[in-house]
Amino acid sequence: MSRRLHMILGRVAQAIPVLFGVVVISFLLTRALPGDPAAYFAGPAADAASIAEIREALGLDKPLFQQFLFYLRDLARGDLGLSLSTGQPVMQDLAMRLPASLELTLVALGLSCLIAIPLGVLAATRPGSWIDHLCRVLVTAGVSMPTFFTGILLIYVFYYLLGLAPAPLGRLDFLYLPPPSVSGFYLIDAALAGDWQAWLGAAKQIVLPAITLALFTLAPIARMTRAAMLSALSADFIRTARAAGLGQGKILYGYALRNALLPVVTTLGMVFSFSLGANVLVEKVFAWPGIGSYAVEALVVSDYAAVQGFVLAMAVLFVLLNLVIDIAYALIDPRIGLS
Amino acid sequence: MLAVRDLAVGFQTRKGPVNALRGVSFDLAKGETLGLVGESGSGKSVTSYALMGLLDAGGQIRQGEITYSGMDLRRASEADMRELRGREISMIFQNPRAALNPIRKIGHQLEDVLRRHGRASRQDAKAKAIAALEAVRIADAPARYHAYPFELSGGMCQRVVIALALACDPQLLIADEPTTGLDITTQKAVMDLMGDLIRARGMGAIVITHDLGLAAQYCDRILVMKDGAIVEQGAPEQLFSAPRHAYTRRLVEATPRLGASIRSLLPAEARRPEPQHHVHNRPLLEVRDLYKTYRGKSGPVSAVKGLSFQIKAGQSLGLVGESGCGKSTTSEMIVRLQDPSQGHILFDGQDIAATPAARFARHPLRRDIQMVFQDATGSLNPRDSAAAAIGAPLARIGRMRGAKRAARVAELADLVGLPQNLLSRFPHQLSGGQKARVGIARAIALDPKLLILDEPTAALDVSIQALVLNLLVDLRAKLGMSYLFVSHDLNVVRLLCDEVLVMKSGEIIEQGPSAQVMTAPQHPYTKALLAAAPQPPQRPTAK
Repeated sequence: MSRRLHMILGRVAQAIPVLFGVVVISFLLTRALPGDPAAYFAGPAADAASIAEIREALGLDKPLFQQFLFYLRDLARGDLGLSLSTGQPVMQDLAMRLPASLELTLVALGLSCLIAIPLGVLAATRPGSWIDHLCRVLVTAGVSMPTFFTGILLIYVFYYLLGLAPAPLGRLDFLYLPPPSVSGFYLIDAALAGDWQAWLGAAKQIVLPAITLALFTLAPIARMTRAAMLSALSADFIRTARAAGLGQGKILYGYALRNALLPVVTTLGMVFSFSLGANVLVEKVFAWPGIGSYAVEALVVSDYAAVQGFVLAMAVLFVLLNLVIDIAYALIDPRIGLS
Repeated sequence: MLAVRDLAVGFQTRKGPVNALRGVSFDLAKGETLGLVGESGSGKSVTSYALMGLLDAGGQIRQGEITYSGMDLRRASEADMRELRGREISMIFQNPRAALNPIRKIGHQLEDVLRRHGRASRQDAKAKAIAALEAVRIADAPARYHAYPFELSGGMCQRVVIALALACDPQLLIADEPTTGLDITTQKAVMDLMGDLIRARGMGAIVITHDLGLAAQYCDRILVMKDGAIVEQGAPEQLFSAPRHAYTRRLVEATPRLGASIRSLLPAEARRPEPQHHVHNRPLLEVRDLYKTYRGKSGPVSAVKGLSFQIKAGQSLGLVGESGCGKSTTSEMIVRLQDPSQGHILFDGQDIAATPAARFARHPLRRDIQMVFQDATGSLNPRDSAAAAIGAPLARIGRMRGAKRAARVAELADLVGLPQNLLSRFPHQLSGGQKARVGIARAIALDPKLLILDEPTAALDVSIQALVLNLLVDLRAKLGMSYLFVSHDLNVVRLLCDEVLVMKSGEIIEQGPSAQVMTAPQHPYTKALLAAAPQPPQRPTAK
């Protein structure tokens, strides 16, 4: 066990140069973008003197290298700077918004897996049957419709026509107080606080955006499950298991699915990363106060600190995600060490 | 115990229905071991799958009866068959490592089977699984219980597969090519173990193999199959001494054995006098103190330790040994696909080891050392036609273009006996023997002086093997090439090679003229190898 822990720590250490690279690149890229934050914040009526004053206040008149050193120094203290657009420390903004995005993405992925994996398994055991075709149709429909379109369609049907869903206005209706923040995930925090009314309110809010995102992520997971199951089921060891008289359930789930999980986990990791970045559209449609919409707004106004903070947070998240996937690999397949 | 009557199996394929079995009938008595022998496509595996009710999708029993202990297996439901499989009828497969679930401990796989058939409860499953491992003579079974298949050798995996098959004391054991891909000494150990267990438990057994010698050694009775039908059956001695069917005779003759000559492997009507090849008293290849060390997970691994030998111009040298002995590493270093850690490889007096493998492709001697690979299918680009494959070295190294190259490709096809109309075909449209010929034509395209043959016939049926070996003999005499013939099959090496090297753990343990090494081996390991090679019953060699 200690050997495994050692390897995990080694993995984390390997991520440090990556993160440093991300820091440098995000710093340089934000500077390279067109637009002058000083001019933007001074407003259209400002004269050159007041712009220069703001620039000095922001430290933007210093040479680039010096700015970078200041940025590093602040970073080492855990200070990501002040967002110019919200006026809050970036750290605080991220702490508010990252859990919102993560909660949405995780619920959506969970939902997606619950549907996609059994669907893929069924399709693989009966290739060419109606369930296989149903899987194909569902999957094609899911990817071919853009998320903002499915989102708006769902709102139209379930909120406007049927009135089943609450108004698409963020994470929680104004009727409820947000639960005291522990994890930042409303569903978890509300459950911890025992505030089941707030929990229900949060759950109602998350259903439609999660379905929207799940429909989009269904396709790769279902397709990969089907393909991996097909190849696992044609493997020699399945024939051995059948020749030994093992039951269908044992063969399907105990033998084939566990072997098929590896590519599915890989896909899951990829889907997680792209949906976390790509759910800006869903966040916009449902007024979800997530990190994607925050980053887009910051980028538009050249809010350096916010953009850098966002990129860094995402980088840390992906490093962690890859670590989790590697550990999942090692747990699933004994042939893969963590080395 | 088992009666098969007039069994016919068909497969639905994209090209329409194919008859895999056409009226197969045989009986198996309790305690009898039956050998099912035939070349690929003869329907021997399909027979066993039909018995087990495990035919692939698209396969269907068209007619016939299968009766096992009074039960009609053809009409048994899938649920009944599932009860039967593993408990009454068990099966062992080739490629044992793939036949085991790669991510489940072998002990747990045994428990799955034991508990499925009610042979063990949750409490005593572990003890019974360990007992099953001990029954197949796996040392330190309690520790092996926790092993995964990838942590075990091929022979050990096959023991586990046997343990799985025998865990619930079945009455009938079907072994489908149980030792294909295993080393010859491992093959002997596995077959002996299986024979002992079958005898001790009084089971009936069907051994499916392409190796007539192996079947003769371990079976009471042999069925010879061809194109989905049984052409002959009888006791091994009788089949070998007086084969009645022409196909059996061809099969018997094509099996390399003691006392056979390379021409005698061919059907009588195809035998021409064996051409003599000339061995010059000048070394073509000289290997001096060759070492190869890999960086392994737990420290360096020496694959080759101080190898020295030479091949004279025109000479054929056999390199014999079991997997992991370093013979493939050695041949890859000589053909300059790998760099030695230390040592010299002198070719015509020039040290070719001095040029790194990565840059050897442009070395002027590249054309003189060519290789024929073991896997005739895998070593051909599936998107290149036969002509393109043969022409590739001509274009790359020979700088031949257009009509000139086409003419040379046609000439090479004639040389290796590949019909001209097959040149435009792709590998998947060629048979195994034809692909082997393409591989040989490609290797000799540039008139090399040294040809390295890495088990070129290992994947071929014996009758095709006989043709390819004879082709190699003809080419050697015609083109004056030297061969380095890497193989685990001593019978084949003896037929083809002037001298032989026996390797073990990266070292040469015995060398000398093949006749001498084969008839009077000095080293105990060579003796063990020779003893393990299955020998068909002696018969007068055809003239």
